[in-house]
Amino acid sequence: MVPYSEKVAERDIQVFKKIMAPVDLAHSGHLEKALQCTADLAKHYGAEVVYVGVTAPTPSATAHNPAEYAEMLSAFAAAQSSKHGINASADPVISHDPTTDVDDALLRATRDTGADLVVMASHIPNVLDYVWPSNGGKIAEHAKCSVFVVRD
Amino acid sequence: MADDSTNQGIPDPEGAAAVIQTDYAIGQDNIETTVGPFGLDIHNPVFLISGLSIVAFVFFALALPEQSTALFGAMRPYLTSTFDWFFLGAANIFVIFCLLLIVLPVGRVRLGGADATPDYSYIGWFAMLFAAGMGIGLMFYGVSEPLSHFATSLGGTSVGEDGARTDWAPLGAAMGDQAESARLGMAATIFHWGLHPWAIYAVVALALALFSYNKGLPLTIRSAFYPILGERVWGWWGHVIDTLAVFATLFGLATSLGFGATQANAGLNELFGLPISSTTQVVLISVITAIALISVLRGLDGGVKILSEINMGLAALLLVFVLLVGPTLAILTGFADSLMAYVQYLPALSNPIGREDANFSQGWTAFYWAWWISWSPFVGMFIARVSRGRTVREFVISVLLIPSLVCVLWMSVFGGTAIQQVVQDGLATVTEAPLELKLFKMLAELPLASITSFLGIILVVVFFVTSSDSGSLVIDTITAGGKVDAPAPQRVFWCVFEGAVAIALLMGGGLASLQAMVISTGLPFTLVLLLMCWAIWRGLVSELRA
Repeated sequence: MVPYSEKVAERDIQVFKKIMAPVDLAHSGHLEKALQCTADLAKHYGAEVVYVGVTAPTPSATAHNPAEYAEMLSAFAAAQSSKHGINASADPVISHDPTTDVDDALLRATRDTGADLVVMASHIPNVLDYVWPSNGGKIAEHAKCSVFVVRD
Repeated sequence: MADDSTNQGIPDPEGAAAVIQTDYAIGQDNIETTVGPFGLDIHNPVFLISGLSIVAFVFFALALPEQSTALFGAMRPYLTSTFDWFFLGAANIFVIFCLLLIVLPVGRVRLGGADATPDYSYIGWFAMLFAAGMGIGLMFYGVSEPLSHFATSLGGTSVGEDGARTDWAPLGAAMGDQAESARLGMAATIFHWGLHPWAIYAVVALALALFSYNKGLPLTIRSAFYPILGERVWGWWGHVIDTLAVFATLFGLATSLGFGATQANAGLNELFGLPISSTTQVVLISVITAIALISVLRGLDGGVKILSEINMGLAALLLVFVLLVGPTLAILTGFADSLMAYVQYLPALSNPIGREDANFSQGWTAFYWAWWISWSPFVGMFIARVSRGRTVREFVISVLLIPSLVCVLWMSVFGGTAIQQVVQDGLATVTEAPLELKLFKMLAELPLASITSFLGIILVVVFFVTSSDSGSLVIDTITAGGKVDAPAPQRVFWCVFEGAVAIALLMGGGLASLQAMVISTGLPFTLVLLLMCWAIWRGLVSELRA
């Protein structure tokens, strides 16, 4: 039986060309499942991956300043690239107030990167999600492209 | 909960800024957990200690009102009369220090590193720093303070049996001379709202911006002490500093909110006959808190900045209106004249020793300085948050000189119009009106009074909201150990808590005594600010070398 990926190649159809993977460098341990999923899909469709990270201009647990954050995100993308054998890049986004603006920053990034699929981790919804949707929930609702929400 | 991230320690410095090497990782003392559906990321122990001690003080004020009034009520006058020389002298040092930063080579250091670009446009930046810094005071003192100094100056000096002056006039007064009394009155008012308060804010803001954007330390008050305390700032020294800052900010906001509600109630009563009652005031506090809540949940850009810009727009509208329909020519010449009078009287007004006008220099000036200084952790931290990407020179000009000029203009327009009404038209309504109504009485003499008074009420409310929302963000950041991405329920908590404390103190009494206590925190903070000047200097010099 011919594997699906070869069928795709035969028909010259690429379902997804660019996958956007939002990552939180301070909590990358929680992202394993989503990262694996991103890499698998990227390999399957021959898509490139852009890892998007949102940072505040103030020093954070991850980096002293936005420039340093950008380098760390690039290093993260390079590590994912060599680990999974995929074509990956990094796109750091600065937000003045990440607590409230991270969704909007990510939605802007879906447009700016030209991604056609977003793969992102999300917590298991609880009662609060009815009034206060999770980041994944809000992206899935508002993004123009396909969104794959990977539960914890 | 321990974090399993790639990098919790602060990594090696990169880029053009001289990052401070420390083993402290931002958030290392934080507790990250969930309570029910709410996620939390709070600093241990600053969050808990500040929260609990605020509750304890509110209980003390409510349960033992007489004792708390006696204790805190006496503390404030004692401090301002005993340490008046210290407050006045220190404030002069801050002004001179800031002016030096403009002209010295260190002024070219850029906050956020050599390649940083400003986060906000000039308009948005200026609106935010101004709305947080002066806020409501401009509405209540813009008319009343110039009038007050004008009246006491006109009345001349009087001496009691013990040889001490019993009048409240600034300097040597100007008995019977209306023109000179007006000049002295305006100079004294501008003195309290001009360079000195803004220099106080600029010192704190610059220290925090420098140590977090250039040195990589967390955005919290303790970071400014790193050059002095070293690694000890991450321990109990730092906990005490941060807790004190939270304390001063929350009580400062809550007591102002409580007083502001009574004042806004008086205005509404005057305009619309709304009854003066605690129900009205509680509703007012709730409405202000609710709007502030929406603002903090919309975030810095979507809420706080937009409200600050609306606020500035409305204030400018009122200013231009009074300027145009009031005695325009007199106001404009008054503006130049007030500015001249300010420059002329500045050396005498700011002289810290050998003052004869003790009532004025202690009761007004030292009180104001203690008040501005007790607000400086909050305003300074907020200004720091929005000032990344500016050079030190640009920063000091924008935080010191431009706001001072705006205050001169504001006071000239509102105070000048009121003095004009008293002098030219012989009107007594403004003079006789209670403090909170003076603005409305002044507006009542001008055309379209019902519209401008309504605009005045709206401005009072919006000014409160812009202080409340930025204050909640600041407290949230300090109690999250400098993290600006703590879960949203935390900022909701502080915003609501502040409204609740205001309502509790309003209903149970204790607003005055706790406000007096907040002003008392001005004394230790003055020392802190002096040390900050030294820390800023050290930090800037090391940036130049980098």
